[in-house]
Amino acid sequence: MATIQVDIVSAEGAIHSGIASMVYASAELGEVGIAPRHTAFISRLRPGDVRVENEAGEQEHFYVSGGMLEVQPMAVTVLADTAIRAHDLDEAAALEAKRRAEDALAGQTAEFEYAKAQSELAEAIAQLRAIEKMRKMRRG
Amino acid sequence: MAGAKEVRTKIASIKSTQKITKAMQMVAASKMRRAQERMAASKPYAQKMLEVISHLARATPEYRHSFMAVERSRKRVGYIVVSSDRGLCGGLNSNLFRRLIAEIKEQRALGVDPAFCTIGTKALGFFKRFGGSVLAQATHLGDKPHVEELIGTVRVMLDAFEEKKIDAIYIASNEFVNTMTQKPVIRQLVPLVPGERQSMPLHWDYIYEPDAHTVLDSLLTRYIESLVYQAVVENGACEQAARMVAMKSASDNAGNLISELQLVYNKARQAAITQEISEIVSGAAAV
Repeated sequence: MATIQVDIVSAEGAIHSGIASMVYASAELGEVGIAPRHTAFISRLRPGDVRVENEAGEQEHFYVSGGMLEVQPMAVTVLADTAIRAHDLDEAAALEAKRRAEDALAGQTAEFEYAKAQSELAEAIAQLRAIEKMRKMRRG
Repeated sequence: MAGAKEVRTKIASIKSTQKITKAMQMVAASKMRRAQERMAASKPYAQKMLEVISHLARATPEYRHSFMAVERSRKRVGYIVVSSDRGLCGGLNSNLFRRLIAEIKEQRALGVDPAFCTIGTKALGFFKRFGGSVLAQATHLGDKPHVEELIGTVRVMLDAFEEKKIDAIYIASNEFVNTMTQKPVIRQLVPLVPGERQSMPLHWDYIYEPDAHTVLDSLLTRYIESLVYQAVVENGACEQAARMVAMKSASDNAGNLISELQLVYNKARQAAITQEISEIVSGAAAV
């Protein structure tokens, strides 16, 4: 019986890897079933189940909150998202990140004070060096 | 015996400090191991994605996404600065900021303005003190950062790039060389640096659903997010490694201090005893 390699990976780690006889997923335009030697195919996934059927006919379920499905004749790769994604949700997250920055830096000059930063950092580094030296002297 | 007592309390206080630094060292060691595992776990995703993207880029040469476009002349560039949330990790953050300052100076000489996006409280504090236009920030990601906490900040930078407010995006973070060494690096994120071109022996293409552009768009955003996520995770491993080393040397120093103070204490005690004896003896002689 023909089989196909299945990998489900997310940005935070591998979720599943194995051999299957059939893979079902909810693609953007509807549910798809991928059998071995399927033609190359790529689609976005909707949040939902990815079902992996092994040779014995047992099914394993994996929930993905969206992502991409990439199919090649001998391999299926699911690039799973770790969070629900939608245009307006992303937009909201972006606004939130902006707001956080504005809140944290209220009343700040937009101009980077190069000289001040450099002198203070130089001081910190000098302190570290001095400590290093003292330690060496004590040992030596 | 006032001197001896003072020394004794000092020794006790240093001993309790040493206990704390030792505990922190051990905690950092175990956290570092887990951070390294996370680092390894995030690699296959980005790698797989890169494969698909480079295939797509070759299969649909007529469509150039703006993230892959050729370099445009630079007036303003964005830096995503990845730092730790907490201190007590040696020179990790200072080294990164120093590297960044050198970079900013170089860019300034070319007439390029910097804009920033900070991850971690230390970077935020740095720009709070020294100014600089911070477009977005994320803090308190904890030991287990999640991609969704980064989506917003990355999005702000990508939007700014698409609106041509910034002409390139760099990421500044620490690279994990080994436990003892962490190297601050600044890498270019957008426009994507083209990787080595593999030859395509057979021409084949995917069936796209809904279409190649949409697929490529969402792939690219996720790819860049995953690169930022990787940098954050790697920086986390660096932070723990640096903290481990810093706390180890702090414990060693405390040990040295204690043995020195112990000598002082013994001497003081001996002096007190000697003094007492000589007082008794001279008292007896006088009688």
